[in-house]
Amino acid sequence: MRMGSALIYIGHKSVRLAVLLIALCAITFWLVSQSPIDPVQAYVGADMMRVGPEQRAEIAEYWGLNAPPLERFVRWGSAVVHGDFGTSMIFRRPVIDVIQERFTASLVLMGAAWVFSGVLGFVLGIIAGARQGTWIDRLIKCYCLTLASTPAFWLGLLLLIVFAVWLGWAPVGLGVPMGVPADEVTLGDHLRHMILPAVTLSIIGVANVALHTRQKLVNVLASDYVLFARAKGESEPAILWRHGMRNVALPAITLQFASLSELFGGSVLAEQVFSYPGLGQATVAAGLRGDVPLLLGAVIFSALFVFTGNLLADIIYRFVDPRIRLGGSV
Amino acid sequence: MSNQTAVSQNTSTTIPEASTGGTMMPLLDVRDLSVSFVQYTGGLQMRFLTVITSLSLTVRPGEILAVVGSSGSGKSLLAHAILGILPNNARISGTMLYVNEDLTPERQMSLRGREIALVPQSVNFLDPLMRVGFQVRSAAHGSEAAKAQRRVFDRYHLADQVKGLFPFQLSGGMARRVLVATATISDARLVIADEPTPGLHPAVVKETLNHLRELADEDRAVMLITHDIEAALTIADRIAVFYAGTTVEIALVADFTDNGEALRHPYSKALWRALAKNEFVATPGAQPSPDALPPGCLFQPNCKIATPECASVRPKERELRGGMVRCIHAA
Amino acid sequence: MSYTDTTINQSHISQLPRLNRRQITVLVMAIAAALLLGVVIGGFLLSNEKLMTNFEERSLSPSIEHPFGTDWLGRDMFARSLKGLTVSLGVGMLASTVSVFFALTLGLAAATMGRTVDGAVTWLVDIFLGLPHIVVLILIAFAMGGGTRGVIIAVAITHWPSLARVIRAEVLQLRTSEYVQLSRRLGRSRWWIATRHLLPHLVPQLLVGLVLLFPHAILHEAAITFLGFGLSPHQPAVGVILSESMRHLSTGQWWLALFPGLSLLVMVRAFDALGDNLRLLIDPHTAQE
Repeated sequence: MRMGSALIYIGHKSVRLAVLLIALCAITFWLVSQSPIDPVQAYVGADMMRVGPEQRAEIAEYWGLNAPPLERFVRWGSAVVHGDFGTSMIFRRPVIDVIQERFTASLVLMGAAWVFSGVLGFVLGIIAGARQGTWIDRLIKCYCLTLASTPAFWLGLLLLIVFAVWLGWAPVGLGVPMGVPADEVTLGDHLRHMILPAVTLSIIGVANVALHTRQKLVNVLASDYVLFARAKGESEPAILWRHGMRNVALPAITLQFASLSELFGGSVLAEQVFSYPGLGQATVAAGLRGDVPLLLGAVIFSALFVFTGNLLADIIYRFVDPRIRLGGSV
Repeated sequence: MSNQTAVSQNTSTTIPEASTGGTMMPLLDVRDLSVSFVQYTGGLQMRFLTVITSLSLTVRPGEILAVVGSSGSGKSLLAHAILGILPNNARISGTMLYVNEDLTPERQMSLRGREIALVPQSVNFLDPLMRVGFQVRSAAHGSEAAKAQRRVFDRYHLADQVKGLFPFQLSGGMARRVLVATATISDARLVIADEPTPGLHPAVVKETLNHLRELADEDRAVMLITHDIEAALTIADRIAVFYAGTTVEIALVADFTDNGEALRHPYSKALWRALAKNEFVATPGAQPSPDALPPGCLFQPNCKIATPECASVRPKERELRGGMVRCIHAA
Repeated sequence: MSYTDTTINQSHISQLPRLNRRQITVLVMAIAAALLLGVVIGGFLLSNEKLMTNFEERSLSPSIEHPFGTDWLGRDMFARSLKGLTVSLGVGMLASTVSVFFALTLGLAAATMGRTVDGAVTWLVDIFLGLPHIVVLILIAFAMGGGTRGVIIAVAITHWPSLARVIRAEVLQLRTSEYVQLSRRLGRSRWWIATRHLLPHLVPQLLVGLVLLFPHAILHEAAITFLGFGLSPHQPAVGVILSESMRHLSTGQWWLALFPGLSLLVMVRAFDALGDNLRLLIDPHTAQE
């Protein structure tokens, strides 16, 4: 790849991202300001009974809730530019700190599920595609199509019932054991609490990549170049390995990157079911309790996450596939 | 039978008519081959699509047999049947002998790519994500694949850096030479070229055909499957005329002269006259649909000299004037 | 010289006859219709008595009398699931219809109203596809203050972008097609072209789009309700039932979660299959298989 076109590409993508984010901020802020949910009530929560009208006014004044929307937007905008994204009303800490902590936890969870579902989905897709039309192909296809219709949170509940309640292998909830100081929580504890949500996400995530890989492989195996490979005397396993893998792997990886949006959606639900302290759970809490700064921050970071996935997918296609890398066009 | 591997540079492109004597044992002998596909339609109904019907031909070492027929008439399936790479829903009947031994699926598997090689139609038959050199080497089956690859690249004037290119980077002419190289590197005794010159520049067509002639002159047997009768006549020794999935006539190249009086079958004659008059419509009327073949002669619905007998009995192949014909009226 | 005259036979005669695409579609349609009718009629006939609390029959595991068991208030879970499904179906139907309407309007506008509108719509699609669905759902449900109306609008707004893209592409392609160009040169009115050439292509697309959106709408309604942004906790929606079941997991009442979720899954799967088969049927590349 020549330097010039790479630079143009990066520049183009950066401008796109900046415009997207600004638009997103404005639309999101406008949407959130339409909400009938009273932020003061959300802030005070269960103590509502004990808070008088004067205190309410003070709280509203303190958080700047009475200012006109535009002024609030500007105030929030400057907080974003300064990098702290305002202060979370339920955590009473800068939003950026909350997101950093929670996003890290979510990334670990999603990363594990991403790798596991990618590998498993790829393998299942290869098996189904190579044995197209047989019972194992139908079984895998049926399994994937059913998973695509399965509510992720319900699957999580079932796993909880089986592995946590019946078998007692896994904890019922929370990201870490209760009543243990944060610095005494071991890596093992973290892992134990991550397994079930990660498995839930992986099981759901398999479907997409498996079905896609299967279809690609079916097309590859029906291609002229595989026919010619057979004519050259290459054995079926060799064909699958040399031509099948080569031509299927790239689209599969690309797809896996491009589906970060679904992965994030799944993790919101899984985190809720398993009380896993990730960004998804924080987003839900922010929405339920009217923590506008945190909700806005979560929206922006989830958009960044999806954008990164799509960007990586695009880069892989553009810079790895020789037909685009060397040919300029297909 | 010698398996000549040396590169002979002094080959000529003239047609050695005398060398096609019928005494030599055929390398490939196809008799009464039929290929059909099973298709399911409308629930429980099964339908047979017969794409090749009682086809017979032979190819001898040192000769080029051209199988000529119109585009899309299933000629490629003949190549696939010989190589044993038809899809699973294909049914084959008949006999195929290679060096006088039955060509069983097991034997096809061990022979293809070694004894029998295919020169495919286009660059689409190369893996788009695999470098060309590797694809040529993978056809070599020997321990010294790299050396063999360098040798065939030299033979076909391909620069060394071509091996590092991807198929889409090849020019039309380069692609042809690479495809011929993959067939040549294996030292195959039977080379099947399936429509090797589709829509190419005349110079490239000529070059590719010359390469095939060279292979035959090295005592290999070459089967050239093409719709281009003109091109076939420039290099082939014998022409098998393919119509509706069968060979209606096998003629010597010399038979294609003047008004086609030397030809044996009405279809061949019509084909030749159409070509001689520079008309593009080579096929008189439409070929019968593969799911509803007529019970009699396959050409009868379009034949000008057909008699009632033609519609009821399918003509057997018979020897006639040093060739073969499948028509009861031929004399 | 010995001539072996054995027959090469690579046939696979033992293949079972299979149903063709049209027959499968009809079958799937029948199953989906039966499910839909069963749920709607069942939900309609259901007396409120069944949904009442009955403290004598608390937390019963599944039996013949209560196939899905009962909850901690003695309510029959089968009746609640059925009622929940009717709620989900209603919300899903409404939301996907509104969504298809959005998609049609914006897709048509993008394809026919010039470059500025096209750019704006394309950009809006990009923004919506740039966020995880669930985040958009939370955001809009939050903005609408939750409730049934909020869920319907949220689900409707989340699902239009991909269908709008399809419609835009379809219309653009149709507009440049030769027969539309010809009609235009023959002096046909825009209305004539729209009704004779565009509609016949768009109606099947919209129908399939609707059928494919529907299961997703149901799933997302259940998810957003489960998270607490959707239907009111007093409605027996599947999301509400599953959310409640979480509080009783540790007591081992597995039936509270299993059956309502399973019935949702069956419903969604049936409509997904229906949509897929319809899509293959209207696609000229696969219709003749």
